[in-house]
Amino acid sequence: MAHSVTANPPNRVRLGWSNRILARPEVGAFVAAVVIGIFFMVMAPSFRSADSFFTVLYQSSVIGIVAVGVGLLMIGGEFDLSAGVIVYSAGLFNSMFCWYLGVNLWVGAALSLVFCLMIGALNGYLVMRTGIPSFLITLGTFFVLQGANLGLTKQITGSVSSTDISRIDGYDSLGVVFASSFKIGSVTVWITVIYWLLLIALAAWILQRTRSGNWIFAVGGAPDSARAVGVPLVRTKILLFMTVSFLGWFVGMHQLYRFNTLQAGGGVGNEFLYIIAAVVGGTLLTGGFGSAIGVAIGAFIFGMTSLGIVYAGWDPNWFRAFLGVMLLLAVLVNLYVKRLSTTRKVG
Amino acid sequence: MTDTLAEHADRELHRGEPLIEMEAVGKSYGAIRALKDINLRVNAGEVTCVLGDNGAGKSTLIKIMSGLHPHNEGILRVDGTELRFGSPREALDHGIATVYQDLAVVPLLEVWRNFFLGSELTAGRYPLAGLRVGQMREIADAELRKMGIEVKDINQPIGTLSGGQRQCVAIARAVYFGARVLILDEPTAALGVKQSGVVLKYVAAARDAGLGVVFITHNPHHAYLVGDHFVILKLGRAVLDRTRAEVGLDQLTTQMAGGDELAELSHELGRKEA
Repeated sequence: MAHSVTANPPNRVRLGWSNRILARPEVGAFVAAVVIGIFFMVMAPSFRSADSFFTVLYQSSVIGIVAVGVGLLMIGGEFDLSAGVIVYSAGLFNSMFCWYLGVNLWVGAALSLVFCLMIGALNGYLVMRTGIPSFLITLGTFFVLQGANLGLTKQITGSVSSTDISRIDGYDSLGVVFASSFKIGSVTVWITVIYWLLLIALAAWILQRTRSGNWIFAVGGAPDSARAVGVPLVRTKILLFMTVSFLGWFVGMHQLYRFNTLQAGGGVGNEFLYIIAAVVGGTLLTGGFGSAIGVAIGAFIFGMTSLGIVYAGWDPNWFRAFLGVMLLLAVLVNLYVKRLSTTRKVG
Repeated sequence: MTDTLAEHADRELHRGEPLIEMEAVGKSYGAIRALKDINLRVNAGEVTCVLGDNGAGKSTLIKIMSGLHPHNEGILRVDGTELRFGSPREALDHGIATVYQDLAVVPLLEVWRNFFLGSELTAGRYPLAGLRVGQMREIADAELRKMGIEVKDINQPIGTLSGGQRQCVAIARAVYFGARVLILDEPTAALGVKQSGVVLKYVAAARDAGLGVVFITHNPHHAYLVGDHFVILKLGRAVLDRTRAEVGLDQLTTQMAGGDELAELSHELGRKEA
């Protein structure tokens, strides 16, 4: 707890580096990631290669892209339980619309984007308009989308998966944008990893260095105070919901153009993975505190664990139990960090 | 400390000119009538004191002026134009800044971020406009120093400050951003004697810089130190509306303490002097 006093301006105290680092939201997650990484490197020899590192990154990015949005939304004080299913709604919408009407896939992708943004806006509008907790509103959207995914897919294609769209115009170009990969040496790098890293940098910059970021923290930490000093509360929150549904659409496009067909029942349960990534990364469940880098580390822990268990040759069924333990530990660390950062250290 | 006020005060202000006028303004929340038939003028270069007991309608009155809740009866004019605020942002855009008793700050945000919340300084054009972090830190620190608050670390979450210090940050912020009208909701309630003195000096300084000040308080002594015009609310109605020349501290204190009710109470309690 060493405090160093700078000479100018007088009486200004800067906290020692140890305290400043401890007050960051992502510290707990970072320590956990290092421990888990070392653990699997010891337990599973095949985990140590560069190839498997990039496989972990790919796995992390597919969860991590939406998790960044969910993290921002949770810092803004809201939940989105429909974030897992909307990924598949986006893909199914695009696939079946274009297959049924025989139009270019780019048209379907654009309409699917509009559809997802409308779902996000609707979630946000209902939450802000009615004052009902977002947990309930998006639970409703979650069930509606889940049912519609299955019902409409069955109706249109006659089965529970979407049809082959690889011969419809636009499939290849969309594949290049959303689901391509390239080689560095012997290592395969999926493009989602690049998008994910760019997105983390963008979200971190927005949160720390822009007016919108200030507003996101404020509407999550103390919504009424934020509104009273002129922060557009309703607009900020609705845009956060739309960000989540936009990122859901993005990953939906990746799934569709990587695998060509989608299972109509997919995505259920992923909403909790996003929330776990955000919470493990130091986001407060009550809003107002968190970081984009923390959420990224949370998603990376998910990626390491899901593959590490396989590489170590264990029964993958244990994966969820492990995630549950991680979540509990993260909540405890968060509680401790929050207490640390709101107690007086100086002055 | 008056230099901030003078620097930021609107140059177009003329002493005595009405900034906010209310005519028969009322407000109901569903079936509950919080405010009825209020006539109030906030003039440039004057301090209007609003006094009243808990539940008298003081908070509702300032929420109408600051844009938190729109009124639903009567007329509100700002600079002579009739309008109805849809959000606090609109009131701020008219140069009306408010310090709320209960809605002051966002606890987990740093002191400087709280200071500039809703009015951040940015550089560059919108989507790429970054915050001018260094400049905002310096201004926040300097403005707090002028109020006599030494925040040792401007980067600490504001939740780590004491209640009085938090209130002072909120006041410093309103003084810095409020160019025309400054509304203070019981600013001295959470403060000690010395800090209350600082706040009262600010109220006087704002008046001298030509701003219209609305000062809401329980305390007639504080009100009488700075006020030019006094309004006492009771159960949502104005029961007294006088200028400084027409009312003395004694009368103000008696009215505030309940006036007639107090006499009646003393009769009921009936301690007869033997």
